[in-house]
Amino acid sequence: MSEMKKFMFVNRKAPYGTIYALESLEVVLITAAFDQDVSLAFLDDGVYQLKKGQQTKGIETKNFSPAYRALEGYDIEKLYVEKESLEARGIVEEDLLVDVTVLTRAEMGALMDEQDVVLSF
Amino acid sequence: MLHIVNKSPLSSNALDSCLRVAQSGEILLIEDAVYGATGGSAYEEKLREAMGRFKVYVLQPDLEARGLADRLMDGVSPVDYSGFVELAANNKSCQSWL
Repeated sequence: MSEMKKFMFVNRKAPYGTIYALESLEVVLITAAFDQDVSLAFLDDGVYQLKKGQQTKGIETKNFSPAYRALEGYDIEKLYVEKESLEARGIVEEDLLVDVTVLTRAEMGALMDEQDVVLSF
Repeated sequence: MLHIVNKSPLSSNALDSCLRVAQSGEILLIEDAVYGATGGSAYEEKLREAMGRFKVYVLQPDLEARGLADRLMDGVSPVDYSGFVELAANNKSCQSWL
């Protein structure tokens, strides 16, 4: 394996209104096979992707939220959520379906700066 | 008149535009607009204020899909798909704020 790069996937869209969240998750799972340093950032409406208790039977759409819990199995363990985005939406860490690291916007910005590759969804 | 909004108020100005322009009537929040009807969010105050002028509804299956069925603000009425049809049929016109 050549040099390892720092990849960050930036998720800013809510889960079902657009296809962004699902597509991001698909790409993240593919990336897992390439042995890179992968982190996922959730900000703005992207934090809604991780909300517990999604029940999609009524909208006849696949509930892909359990897949976030499987990321650990692919050695993707760096999940970062922006504190200010959570607060604006009345959501707390306990409402999320996976363990995450909550960062302030300044910390999130700094982390983004450290990356070699940033992919936006 | 029925106003239908489908975008999250925290990422689009669709609901803001609706509330700015429309004077009264009924508002139905569907798809990502259901996030606007959840307690504790930064939009809660604005929607509460609008509830003085409008009757506000939310599409329940969209709320459930997003894991927010237990977060609905007081005063917002959940409707199912047939309730959606009834609202559309009972109003003389509909405006979709896309």
